Amino acid sequence: MQEAPMSFKARAERALADPTLKLAIDRTTGTAERKRAVAMTQFPQFEAARECGKRIKDHVIAHLDHYLLEFERNAIASGAKVHWARTAEEASQIVVSLCRQAGAKRVTRVKSMLGEEIGLPHALDEAGIERVETDLAEHIVQLGGDRPSHIVWPSMHRTREQVSEMFKRSHRAPHREETIEAMVDSARRELRDKFLSADVAISGANFLVADTGATCTVTNEGNAELTTTPPRVHIVTAGIEKLVPTTAHAFAMLRLLVRSATGADVTQYTTFHCGPKQPGDRDGPEEFHIVLVDNGRTRMLREGLKEMLRCIRCGACMNHCVVFRQLGGHVYGGTYPGPMGAVLTPVFDGLKSSRDLPHACTLNGKCQEVCPVDIPLPTLLRGWRDRSWREGLEPASMRVGMGLFTFVASRPRLYRLATAVAIRVMRLFSRGGTVRGMPGLGAWTAHREFPAPAERSFMAMYKDLEKGQ
Amino acid sequence: MTQPQSASRPPSPPRVGLFVTCLVDAMRPSVGFAALKLLRDAGCRVEVPEAQTCCGQPAFNSGDTADTAVLARRFIEAFEPYDYVVAPSGSCVGMTRAHYVEALADDPAWAERARRLADRTYELMSFLVDVMHFTPAGVKLDATVTYHDSCSGLRELGVYAQPRALLDSVSGLSLMPLEGNDVCCGFGGTFCVKYPAISNAVVAEKADAIDRSGARLLLGGDLGCLMNMAGKLKRKGSRVRAFHAAEVLAGMGDGPAIGEER
Ligand code: SF4
Repeated sequence: MQEAPMSFKARAERALADPTLKLAIDRTTGTAERKRAVAMTQFPQFEAARECGKRIKDHVIAHLDHYLLEFERNAIASGAKVHWARTAEEASQIVVSLCRQAGAKRVTRVKSMLGEEIGLPHALDEAGIERVETDLAEHIVQLGGDRPSHIVWPSMHRTREQVSEMFKRSHRAPHREETIEAMVDSARRELRDKFLSADVAISGANFLVADTGATCTVTNEGNAELTTTPPRVHIVTAGIEKLVPTTAHAFAMLRLLVRSATGADVTQYTTFHCGPKQPGDRDGPEEFHIVLVDNGRTRMLREGLKEMLRCIRCGACMNHCVVFRQLGGHVYGGTYPGPMGAVLTPVFDGLKSSRDLPHACTLNGKCQEVCPVDIPLPTLLRGWRDRSWREGLEPASMRVGMGLFTFVASRPRLYRLATAVAIRVMRLFSRGGTVRGMPGLGAWTAHREFPAPAERSFMAMYKDLEKGQ
Repeated sequence: MTQPQSASRPPSPPRVGLFVTCLVDAMRPSVGFAALKLLRDAGCRVEVPEAQTCCGQPAFNSGDTADTAVLARRFIEAFEPYDYVVAPSGSCVGMTRAHYVEALADDPAWAERARRLADRTYELMSFLVDVMHFTPAGVKLDATVTYHDSCSGLRELGVYAQPRALLDSVSGLSLMPLEGNDVCCGFGGTFCVKYPAISNAVVAEKADAIDRSGARLLLGGDLGCLMNMAGKLKRKGSRVRAFHAAEVLAGMGDGPAIGEER
């Protein structure tokens, strides 16, 4: 789905004017925030675990070449086929051609943000391959013909009332009772036979375990297991930053991931896939492919965004972001929304088309505080602002204004004079303690009062006092 | 924050350079006078360097590194002579304490000066409590208040307990909890005028939470955030009045609140 070329601000305003969207966002992020808070009270080792998780990730990122080769060796030894993709297009083309080679008419997909990042849903649709989304939320996204709005709850932007209507319109045997259980059953009836009749299953991976060559996926619905077992071919797509040295490291990361995402101790299902079906195995795919995707990640290493590669896609930063909680995910315009998306989207889509994202942030630091791998998101966002300024993407008015301000502010006498003039002007527009209708203040006064300044500045009054002493 | 704060015995009396901040200077001098009084009551020799203007935070947060460096160097020159630098703002102190070194990283000599100054720069309330071990005496204000923890002070400087400890000594004052006290108010410096619609949505929720707290006064430690919240409260017709915590602590809590006619 291509967004119409609407500006960020226009998208934001549309979202802000949608009370149903706000209700949906508040329900999901509010619940996530509460559950995480409870989980944290029961996880006193969080800070230590976080430090450990951060170190694991940093270590792997510093030795990416080593672990990638180790993973490839072990994956091949387990019977998997490993493919390397430099770009999003390469990655989705590899997957599409693997599907074609398998003669696939129907593929089942387990939700993976990397799949979204490489444009896989679109590529499969284009190739005329029937795509069945097996994750409940992704199924809702598919029915709605839109894009995920959250990395953990892709259909967060829909209220359950809206979902109920969608199911009634499109399911063969929809639910009759308005309960969540009945709706889930409706989806189950709709999807179950498709699970079993697919030719190829495509999933992502939360971790790639270097010393075994296994991929690890976590879900709460069990759809990953059901999806990836019956088909003949299983394709895993994963970003190269998903590597961990050993299974124990995967579990160390998992403790952080699950608590930060849903507040649970563990996910319902944690599955390790290691190669295709072996002689004597009761089930499993005949072919097991792993597509390792770079798509800008090695560039991030070079361009000062190394820390972002620690991200384990838990969604805590967006659940706690005041801006995300007003806008939801679609406004961000990229695959990934929220603070982490505002750092990543300029990498994938270029800064020019996404310069609003790093700017539409108060730099309040809450995202970093909750991030389970302590990614300095505000610093990285500010890094994009620096770059935007350097590359001349900031409006001329801003550049001239800042230059002028600095000129004045580095000359204290001139600055005192300018302050006195500014106070005069503001007071000319003041009534009842409030500045009204002053040109240039509209962005503020459209929504709130602007308190009038005192008659004279602190520095002016202080100077008089000193003289009087 | 490498130096153990309680171990750093202040030279007596310490010479403090007060940075009133550009916003307090232009908009609400009473906060500056409150800071002056509190620091003097705490036993400091306070001076207000004439050369002070703005810490450069707007430029820094806009990505304008060159202008940031100009203002950062100016600030360092103005405040280097003092034992301590104190400002009634978490965000300006966050800027000088946490970001000057970064902003001047290209210039090792200046970065080193920035580092040395950073260690001596404090937010007002944390300075009063952590360094001066000060408790205001004889301050009285019969009011129910609630407190908003501004983000920079809270997350960059760890200012949380200090204002509460100080307010605890004001007789007649009772502190009501504020739901989401550590959630950003949507000010964000230039953010609030660059993205006014988003900022408004955020501050509207904040104003509702403040109203729900049941307090009659809103206190905080950063004038920018306070102006944002006070402006929204007034627009929505709330009766909650806003002050900088320093004003209340200095016994000025019975004067005009932010946005009230003097
Ligand atoms: S940046 Fe941190 S908080 Fe946000 S999704 Fe990634 S790991 Fe989670």
